[in-house]
Amino acid sequence: MNPAPSPFVRAALDAAAAVPPSGIAWLDAARRENLDTLAETGLPEARNEAWKYTSLRALSQRAFALADAGVAKSVVVDPSRYALPGVDGARIVFVDGVFRADLSSLDAGEGVSLSPLGVALAAQPEPLRFALANRYRRGAADAFAHLNAALAVDGVVLHVAGNATIEKPLHIVHVSSGTQADTAWHVRVLIDVGQGARADVVEHFVSQGDAAQLGTVVTDVVVRDGAVLGMVLLQDASATTTLVRRSHVRVEAAAAATVHALELGGALVRHELTTELVGDGARFDSRGVFALSGRQHTDTQLEVRHNARDTASDALWRGIADGRARGVFRGAIVVAEGADGSDASLSNKNLLLSAQAEIDTKPELEIYADEVKAAHGATIGQLDERSLFYLRSRGIPLAQARSLLTLAFCRAALESLPNEALREHLGDLLVGHLPTSPSEALA
Amino acid sequence: MHMLTIDNLHARVEGKEILKGLSLAVKPGEVHAIMGPNGAGKSTLANVLSGRDGYEVTDGSVNFDGRDLLALEPEERAAVGMFLAFQYPVEIPGVNNTYFLRAALNAQRKFRGEEELDSMRFLKLVREKLKVMQISDDLLHRAVNEGFSGGEKKRNEIFQMAVLEPKLAILDETDSGLDIDALKQVAEGVNALRSPDRSFLIVTHYQRLLDYIEPDFVHVLAGGRIVESGDKSLALKLEEQGYAWLADHHPELRKADLAGAPA
Repeated sequence: MNPAPSPFVRAALDAAAAVPPSGIAWLDAARRENLDTLAETGLPEARNEAWKYTSLRALSQRAFALADAGVAKSVVVDPSRYALPGVDGARIVFVDGVFRADLSSLDAGEGVSLSPLGVALAAQPEPLRFALANRYRRGAADAFAHLNAALAVDGVVLHVAGNATIEKPLHIVHVSSGTQADTAWHVRVLIDVGQGARADVVEHFVSQGDAAQLGTVVTDVVVRDGAVLGMVLLQDASATTTLVRRSHVRVEAAAAATVHALELGGALVRHELTTELVGDGARFDSRGVFALSGRQHTDTQLEVRHNARDTASDALWRGIADGRARGVFRGAIVVAEGADGSDASLSNKNLLLSAQAEIDTKPELEIYADEVKAAHGATIGQLDERSLFYLRSRGIPLAQARSLLTLAFCRAALESLPNEALREHLGDLLVGHLPTSPSEALA
Repeated sequence: MHMLTIDNLHARVEGKEILKGLSLAVKPGEVHAIMGPNGAGKSTLANVLSGRDGYEVTDGSVNFDGRDLLALEPEERAAVGMFLAFQYPVEIPGVNNTYFLRAALNAQRKFRGEEELDSMRFLKLVREKLKVMQISDDLLHRAVNEGFSGGEKKRNEIFQMAVLEPKLAILDETDSGLDIDALKQVAEGVNALRSPDRSFLIVTHYQRLLDYIEPDFVHVLAGGRIVESGDKSLALKLEEQGYAWLADHHPELRKADLAGAPA
């Protein structure tokens, strides 16, 4: 037991006191248990290997009240903030962590059930019991997962029935209203893609203003036998946002999951993305880019666990840091004993655009099986002077040449996204974060 | 009126003086070949003129079309009409060749206060130039030089030249690494671009390129200076006799300055 809880933890305890009981005994007990664990352990410290490159010292001194639900329900939000080309299916919108029925359209077609967590709990709490009460027991999670489990009263429950298809990409939107400074919101996401089903989901973080907020999202995804899930994670939050996400993806036999992530905004951003390939022939592909400037700090922790035979994973991530920004990437591949025939590859390449920027990348490979193909690599470099000179010698000004080469560097991570309109939009967003703007350059 | 006037140019690379008082004047429409033994400073000259980092000019001047060339950034030199065909064109994965060329042309036009070309007009221009250069338009859809053969890279350089229409083109050892067919194609491209107001500076170690691109003047660069100038017969003499005979005319040249003989 820590002698004195940090201001961060104290504020969380105060916030919890204001959360009304759910009326579901096991849920209230689980919330209490998670809160107690948070109070006991506090935020992870630097000696914790998983947080070695991301210091929480400053965060632990900040106090976030719970975002006011009344304000979140009534604040005017401009839908154009989160409109995305190529994403015109069902939509579920949270403002400061509160579900907004007026901005959402939950009809995702036959065989697809999309509901806010609050509604799902009121209707039938029991199927959610494992995820909400037992998933993150003591020791199986860190402070942020406990915080989320204690305080997330709303979220997403998406269920795609066996052999059903989500025809149009489903849009999960987290909006920071910009009106509630120094508040926190917490959202829980549960996605179940049934056997042989197909689903496309876009999770999207945007801000409407600069009010400093903390957001936490804990996501559990199951992709059942033979199902196919495509996920896009677009994070374009304000530069004052602290965002901590933890996603767990379970891929069963002959199923495939793909993630494309673009991290652009935020002050302090952490995403732990763990995928377990639990069925024979399961596959996971991940592609990601982070583009940082100013004093942004983004930390991606990717872990892919091959637990079954003939599983495959391919990870290709790119990082760019300008100004005094800091990027952290840990990419781990773990091939369990008996997971023969696994094929895993991971590549993380990074560009430092300024002398003050820093990127820490750490590829890890743990292999306990015999017949395995595994490759991993990580690099950190600068823009190639020869290429820059070549472009300039043809008349392209230095800033444009830098931007062109930076975009080209990220190309490999974005090009495999099949949704063309969305892919182009992501390219444009990325370009918007670079010095000048040549978007057609994506060949 | 000269288009390019290089006067008493001294330049250093990594603290070592390579150019030691080089002077040369080029009029519009002229083709000048610069030959010389290895290490004479041929590529240094091309790099200094195009503005590459790492080359320090310690004395002398370069006037291009009435401007102080050395005061301009590389992209500005391009915009005022200078073009360097690289000895080793750079592969740039992820950047589309067509996009790159349009960005380059429009950046130059913008610098000169001219209207930028939209993609329709640009494509029309490009198709005309492809025809002249006898290059397939497959090249347009690829990334800049990525996976190109040696010959394709050099032809791509000449194709870029055709689109950008410079006043002065510097060919830096363009013949290196080319077989005879590729060499002929490159030379044909260059010849198609010769005009009364476009000049060429052809930097080469070997005489054979000059069989296909006929120069008006041939200069020998040795020991960091132009030590001999003449017409195309000078190139033939170098081909036959090598560089060693120059020592008789220029006792100040050290043996090492003339060591690299043409094949």
